[in-house]
Amino acid sequence: MMSYKAGSFDVIVIGAGHAGCESALAAARMGCSTLLMTINLDMVAFMPCNPSVGGPAKGHVVREIDALGGEMGRNIDQTFIQMRMLNTGKGPAVHALRAQADKILYQKKMKETIESTPNLSLRQGMVEELIVEMGVCRGVVTKTGAIYEAKAVVLTTGTYLRGKVIIGELMYESGPNNQQPSLSLAKCLKDLGFELVRFKTGTPPRVHGDTIDFSKTEIQPGDDKVKYFSYETKSMEIEQLPCWLTYTSSETHSIIESNLHRAPMFSGVIEGTGPRYCPSIEDKIVRFADKPKHQIFLEPEGRDTKEYYVQGLSTSMPEDVQLDILRSIPGLERVEMMRTGYAIEYDAMVPTQLKPTLETKLIQGLFTAGQINGTSGYEEAAGQGLMAGINAACLVLQRKPVVLDRSDAYIGVMIDDLVTKGTNEPYRLLTSRAEYRLLLRHDNADLRLTEIGYSIGLITQSRFDSFITKKKLVEEEIKRLRTTKARPDVATQAMLERQSSVKLVNSVDWVSILRRPEISIHNVFEVCPSPFLLNEEEMEQVEIQIKYEGYIDKQLLHVERLKKMERKLIPSTLVYDAVHGLSNEAKQKLKLIMPLSVGQASRISGVTPADLSILLVYMESMRQRVAANE
Amino acid sequence: MLQDCIAAIATPLGEGGISIIRISGDESIAIADRIFRFKGKLTQMTSHTVHYGKIVHPEDGRILDEVLVLIMLAPKTFTAEDVVEVHCHGGMFITQQVLQLILRAGARLAEPGEFTKRAFLNGRIDLIQAESVIDLIRSKSDRAHRLAISQLDGKISKDISKFRNEMLQLLAHVEVNIDYPEHDTELMTQDEIIDSTNRWISVLDEWLRTAREGKLIREGIQTVLAGRPNVGKSSLLNSFVKAERAIVTDIAGTTRDVIEEWIQIKGYALRLMDTAGLRDTEDLVEQIGVERTRVAIECADLILFVINANEPLSNEEWTLLKMFESRPVILILNKTDLTVNVNTDEIIFKFPNLRIVSVSVLQQTGLDRLETEIIDIIQVNGVIVDESSVLSRSRHIELVTQARMMLEDANSAAGMGVPIDLIQIDLRLAWETLGHLVGQTASDSLLDELFSQFCLGK
Repeated sequence: MMSYKAGSFDVIVIGAGHAGCESALAAARMGCSTLLMTINLDMVAFMPCNPSVGGPAKGHVVREIDALGGEMGRNIDQTFIQMRMLNTGKGPAVHALRAQADKILYQKKMKETIESTPNLSLRQGMVEELIVEMGVCRGVVTKTGAIYEAKAVVLTTGTYLRGKVIIGELMYESGPNNQQPSLSLAKCLKDLGFELVRFKTGTPPRVHGDTIDFSKTEIQPGDDKVKYFSYETKSMEIEQLPCWLTYTSSETHSIIESNLHRAPMFSGVIEGTGPRYCPSIEDKIVRFADKPKHQIFLEPEGRDTKEYYVQGLSTSMPEDVQLDILRSIPGLERVEMMRTGYAIEYDAMVPTQLKPTLETKLIQGLFTAGQINGTSGYEEAAGQGLMAGINAACLVLQRKPVVLDRSDAYIGVMIDDLVTKGTNEPYRLLTSRAEYRLLLRHDNADLRLTEIGYSIGLITQSRFDSFITKKKLVEEEIKRLRTTKARPDVATQAMLERQSSVKLVNSVDWVSILRRPEISIHNVFEVCPSPFLLNEEEMEQVEIQIKYEGYIDKQLLHVERLKKMERKLIPSTLVYDAVHGLSNEAKQKLKLIMPLSVGQASRISGVTPADLSILLVYMESMRQRVAANE
Repeated sequence: MLQDCIAAIATPLGEGGISIIRISGDESIAIADRIFRFKGKLTQMTSHTVHYGKIVHPEDGRILDEVLVLIMLAPKTFTAEDVVEVHCHGGMFITQQVLQLILRAGARLAEPGEFTKRAFLNGRIDLIQAESVIDLIRSKSDRAHRLAISQLDGKISKDISKFRNEMLQLLAHVEVNIDYPEHDTELMTQDEIIDSTNRWISVLDEWLRTAREGKLIREGIQTVLAGRPNVGKSSLLNSFVKAERAIVTDIAGTTRDVIEEWIQIKGYALRLMDTAGLRDTEDLVEQIGVERTRVAIECADLILFVINANEPLSNEEWTLLKMFESRPVILILNKTDLTVNVNTDEIIFKFPNLRIVSVSVLQQTGLDRLETEIIDIIQVNGVIVDESSVLSRSRHIELVTQARMMLEDANSAAGMGVPIDLIQIDLRLAWETLGHLVGQTASDSLLDELFSQFCLGK
């Protein structure tokens, strides 16, 4: 193949999935000339698995992406067919928004946004090779011989790297949904010295909605009062579509059991490690043999299609068995299968080879994000994509990189987990992975991150102004409730009685009334209306900050203590072998991970408090030595 | 930024004399004020002064000890932070109680070597000493770690693991409710949490009671009886404690677990451990016993290596002798009532510094000599219990007390109808805190539990 010089960019993003789109948009919006390459232009922001966005932790990430100036929140707000707030019976920290997406519309909108973003070029092409000189990434070469130069390259290859689809006895090289896999790039990464692992994931079959008997299922409608992911979305008039719930039957279980010998999961064909939290239906039935039935959710894939996603039925059984399984489920007796479920194996990078900026330690200017880093999920991918795009741009613009703390964002928790601890299965975010769940709420993503988004130029001035106004209003109102007394007068006592709350004997401040579980901010405003014009979002913020202040303060105190360790930076020149007294295990791990701070070092397994003390003493003695020489 | 306040007993352990508790950090003087009664307030006193007064329990007003308190303001102190020294007169037991009070008043127990570390980081110790500071931290931490695990009574350690496992199941259940809200798992209710925490609190109360009686951790010189099966280790232990504690038979491999006894020799407390005989074995139960023996030997302060004088040394025994060479060890030739077939000259030739005592447990001869040798090796080799063992006892009590407080918080929050994910904060902290007792802190096990207990998927 004759190669030719096709152009020069600041940043090139390879792959236009959920990670790639965020990466490219962020870099372009920060002012870098950016090229977004995809194997197939019709696959931009494609959802190869469930047609939904959000849920616990994942929905939080979408809010964080939006608060930083990313696209996913805005895009799903424009294209959802159903919206639900989950966990409303629990505390505010774990309230989680989940949307069913119109899968086709989601792609269309994202492609439109990319096409109309200045500085951003979208092109179809298969990247086969990275150009690396003296440990620095300089560009890429495509299958058609095009050479693109770049100052930074972001790899977001999803499950395409040496992808292999498995359906029963059938196996073939393929990306998701029968797309072309990327074969040469995996080899190129290996040749450059990266360690790759083999992971596996899977997807359920899709069925035709006209062949579903919905009368045998339970309806799952969206919320009456819809909330949105993006702080920018004010309202969307749309008619929501319901999902439907059914269950596997005993017949389903016996079909699977009698066909286990044909299941690639058990016949040993699949080498890749699959996620524990996303087992296939055959896995569930083997591992949880006692459970008589499993939930199956039927989710529409969009407004203009009759395809339904069969959530709960991820499988790599042979096609004929899949059809038998489907038809053993109440409501699906006469169902027509439109797409077959499959398992897919792919290559991923061992993520401990990355810096917290998502730049590889081995090659300067090369970043990776999304499934290539061993994660699973659109939201996880998008969160990393955004950070990789931001940091690639920071590198090009010679600005300070942006690394989010574990106490700032779920995105920070995820990236720190990946680069510090690695993962031995596809990584999914769960709220339980966060130490400070109460600080990382759905409602306060803007308070946590919008200032950062603004400082790097991803948040517009007008949006920032309204954010500052909101922040001030909330602070003022909290101050007012702290200093205003509730008196045992008729109005107050009547309100307390209505809420079955204990009546007042003496005057107390309104804050302590609002802390009572049975009292809402609206109850308070009945008696003591605010002089400020607060909207729902602002009222909610006041209420949460007051009601849970005790717990919030407790977590903040922990964070403050830890931040001291996070601020103690370890010089990149430190030679761990020279630190006498460190245990051998600690030396090995520290050399491998190369933590940026003592805080990060403390989270590496095998590094003990004694090792950290020794490290601190060593660093201080080095500092003194340098000072003495000057 | 506030430097958190640390405390520890600064003097070596011993009955009688004065024990000094040192507190360092911004809050140290205020903390001392909370438990020290004299005519005035320490916070109003000038630096580098000594005050006489009483340590008073802040809750019941009980007087624990008459003490001298020294206050020294930063920067002219050992750590370059505000430092308080409490000179206690009431002996080790009282000193430990005073330390507990100080911890409850807001200090935390110092990490091994932490005072010196702070002194260095604050520029009080010069560069040349950096390496010795590192050595100090390393050696003290290693010993503390060893002790923390080995001192915990075997049964209690098992109880803690069982207890934490029960907690973990509840934690995983709550997490599933949060992370998989649409999953068909029943919702964990506040009432269930109230029941569980009530039960757990009473278990921790029981632990605290035993801990204060000194049963939670055993202190003393850890002495291991090692040797091949059937050389008479159990008989020796029995003769020391003068009771049939270990089962003694002729069948090699009778002692399959580590049996502990507590003995006093001339005022020294020895924690004497009889072990399963060291030999390669096919028997699984015995294999476990042998593995425990190896652990016990690694943690031991003193090894009593018993051999049968009636038989020549086996290859294994030669290997063991070599292995014990650098450790405080006494070789005991037992069964000297029978013909002596051991070549003692060869042993002395190969190990000229080895202490050797001939005894016959059956005929009760040579045992006085053995006691003399034990005392001698303790004194000469400096096998004395240092403050780390006291520290680790304090640390255990501190951890259990903290965990109990967290469970109390969770319990009362559940009673007030606080949302479940907030109650979970304290439950999880309590579980992690108890993990420090047994050296387990990995929070990954929560996810493991989550995915093994519940069937989750897409």
